[in-house]
Amino acid sequence: MSGHSTYEPKTGFERWLDTRLPIIRFMKDTALDFPTPKNLNYWWTFGGILALMLGIQIVTGVVLAMHYIPNAAMAFDSVERIRRDVNYGWLIQFMHANGASMFFLAVYVHMFRNLYYGSYKAPREVLWILGCVIYLLMMATAFLGYVLPWGQMSFHGAVVITNLLGALPVVGPAITKLLWGGFAVDNPTLNRFFSLHYLMPFVIAGVVILHIWALHVPGNNNPTGVNVKSPKDTVPFHPYYTVKDGFAISVFLLMYGVFVFYMPDSLGDAINYVPANPLQTPPEIVPEWYLLPFYAILRAVPDKLMGVLLMFSAIAVLFVLPWLDTSKVRSMRYRPTARLYLAIFLLACLVLGYCGAHPPDQAIVGEPSGFILMDSDINSITWLSRIGALYYFAYFLLVMPILGLTEKPLPVPESISEPVLSHPAGAPAGATASPEKRG
Amino acid sequence: MLRKGIALAALGLSLVVAAPAASAAEQKPVMKHLEWSFQGPFGKFDTAQLQRGYKVYREVCSSCHSMNLMHFRNLGQPGGPFYDPEYKNPNDNPYVKALAKDIQVNDIDTETGDTIQRPATPADKFPAPFPNEYAARASNGGALPPDLSVIVKARAGGPNYIYSLMTGYKAPPAGLKINPGQNYNQSFAGDLTPFWSGDHHKVPVGGFIAMPPPLAPDKVTFDDGSPSTVEQQAKDVAAFLAWASEPKQMERKQFGLGAMIYLLIFSVLLYFSYRRIWRNVEH
Ligand code: HEC
Ligand code: HEM
Repeated sequence: MSGHSTYEPKTGFERWLDTRLPIIRFMKDTALDFPTPKNLNYWWTFGGILALMLGIQIVTGVVLAMHYIPNAAMAFDSVERIRRDVNYGWLIQFMHANGASMFFLAVYVHMFRNLYYGSYKAPREVLWILGCVIYLLMMATAFLGYVLPWGQMSFHGAVVITNLLGALPVVGPAITKLLWGGFAVDNPTLNRFFSLHYLMPFVIAGVVILHIWALHVPGNNNPTGVNVKSPKDTVPFHPYYTVKDGFAISVFLLMYGVFVFYMPDSLGDAINYVPANPLQTPPEIVPEWYLLPFYAILRAVPDKLMGVLLMFSAIAVLFVLPWLDTSKVRSMRYRPTARLYLAIFLLACLVLGYCGAHPPDQAIVGEPSGFILMDSDINSITWLSRIGALYYFAYFLLVMPILGLTEKPLPVPESISEPVLSHPAGAPAGATASPEKRG
Repeated sequence: MLRKGIALAALGLSLVVAAPAASAAEQKPVMKHLEWSFQGPFGKFDTAQLQRGYKVYREVCSSCHSMNLMHFRNLGQPGGPFYDPEYKNPNDNPYVKALAKDIQVNDIDTETGDTIQRPATPADKFPAPFPNEYAARASNGGALPPDLSVIVKARAGGPNYIYSLMTGYKAPPAGLKINPGQNYNQSFAGDLTPFWSGDHHKVPVGGFIAMPPPLAPDKVTFDDGSPSTVEQQAKDVAAFLAWASEPKQMERKQFGLGAMIYLLIFSVLLYFSYRRIWRNVEH
């Protein structure tokens, strides 16, 4: 897609095809020869891991759909039947269920990698925005999929989330009714959720293609954040990165395997093994771990509508990130202060995740203080969420724009090859997880 | 420098705040933790225990609890309590056939269309004790005995919880008012404050459950001569229910071992290929 092609058709058939549909040329240029910075560390292997996870989710999902029954009276038992009676159904089902978590784990690493190395900055804004679209679609897909087994948490989670959308002004009630296919979460809801859950991954796949296209125009960023200056700075994608990504993927699969084979239920909620019962609301409704930070932001606000809007803003703010960051330096290797604020941001996300998993009125330490501010005790999960949410937004809206103008970054190397060739004493502290430095 | 200081202070503060909430000692129901033969990546079900556990379910629990996801054939499948390698198809397993035959299931007479009862075959589901939820509630003082097919997965604590619940019926402490049809159980979730007339700070743990204590010494006679204590019965039925909640659990772990070894070797090979391919690149 960029650079000039080195493909030379060898056989008559290849020559014939090349003048009609140059698909082999295209594949060779994008997947094999693509010039890639030679200093990418393991954080850059997560894109490939994500692509694989998307593939795994689609393949296992299609097989599951052959056996799953989208009917409120039969869905729960049909999932159990897949595990019990379908050949290797247990494997397919556990791979799909745990695969969603692995997919999110990988996407969070991928996104933090981009935050750290400033990969969202020019000229990669569109690439980043497409990533945000993928992330949004992933959340929708995961939510829809979680409803399908029709357990207690599936059902009541669907009730809570669809009711949230109902809080939106003007369009809310119409959207909710459309999603429900009636006046409550019921069989029609399950049917349309199944249909949409099957559809979404293919939409994601389409956006991933755009994402990779948008990657191949400017090319990869790299840990120094410095543009590629000469061919000396790059290696062809194959075999250099196919083998490195392959190794990382294999290690990732090992971790995935630990979940699938030895603790397949550890990431889920026990109560989802109780079939859905509309008349009995579980004591606590909690989403899957990867949505917890947003759930905490939602519950931090006393007003339902404001909560919903704030939750969506938390994702919306990601879209404009390339224009919020005023720093001229891409990589945080050379931005020690920014690194610190990013570490706190990571912490804030973890704290929000913790808050999302616990009842809002629970005391953080000891007994409640008895001091109520904005409807909630000072010593409560709600207030911890508020602090977390405040930092979450402050990081994007204040720290990013101001810091870029005020901080004094460290000297940035001339080119990718330079710092490596001259082996500067005291490698930048940002070069943490790069065991491949020795490679 | 100042900015860095502020940031560090904020980091420290959030760490303090995020410290695991050591909230006041909450009253949690009693959970007993046992050693199970099937725990861990190499754990295996104890066949004799599963057989005893099935007997407890069949002779005690099945009068109130259904297991709608279970078929008699499951008892004879690989990993099941009555698996016999000679009968790869569990439907042919004579022991399973005999177990099934002792139990009557509903069917329809194809000649007359009448509802009839006939002895079960391995292909049949475990019959439910009650025709519907209303009948189940009517016989149990309004409470519904849940289906036990996946109960071990559906409760935090799994087999430990089942064991604790079965052995958690204790004489209610003086000062606890028990409503008719309810039983005090130290391992059942609940809040007993409204029923407690004693010291505020010493509300008993546990809750009220509608299920009367199902187990008693010698209630079940074990074929292998194991002593029939409440603890033994509880442990065995919990193991059986753990197996039933995922009959393919052994297959999962065995397959997993192979897959993990394969991936490990593959990773090592890829690592060395990576080192070799990159050996001439300075980076
Ligand atoms: C006399 C009928 C009866 C028998 C026999 C019986 N149960 Fe129950 N069981 C019930 C009822 C009723 C409930 C619902 C209790 C409630 O909700 O208060 C129940 C609930 C349970 C629960 C769920 C508790 C929870 O956490 O919600 C388990 C587990 C259970 N029984 C296991 C067993 C086992 C194992 C046996 C056999 C050893 C057994 N029961 C025998 C009537 C029975
Ligand atoms: C289905 C999910 C996704 C897939 C399959 C995917 C795939 C990829 C691949 C293969 C790469 C190149 C390799 C790499 O840099 O790791 C890449 C790069 C990138 N992705 Fe994604 N991605 C996904 C989701 C996301 C999301 C959610 C975001 C951000 C919101 C994002 C933002 C980026 C950016 C900015 C880059 C360029 C990074 C760089 O080269 O430094 N991606 N993606």
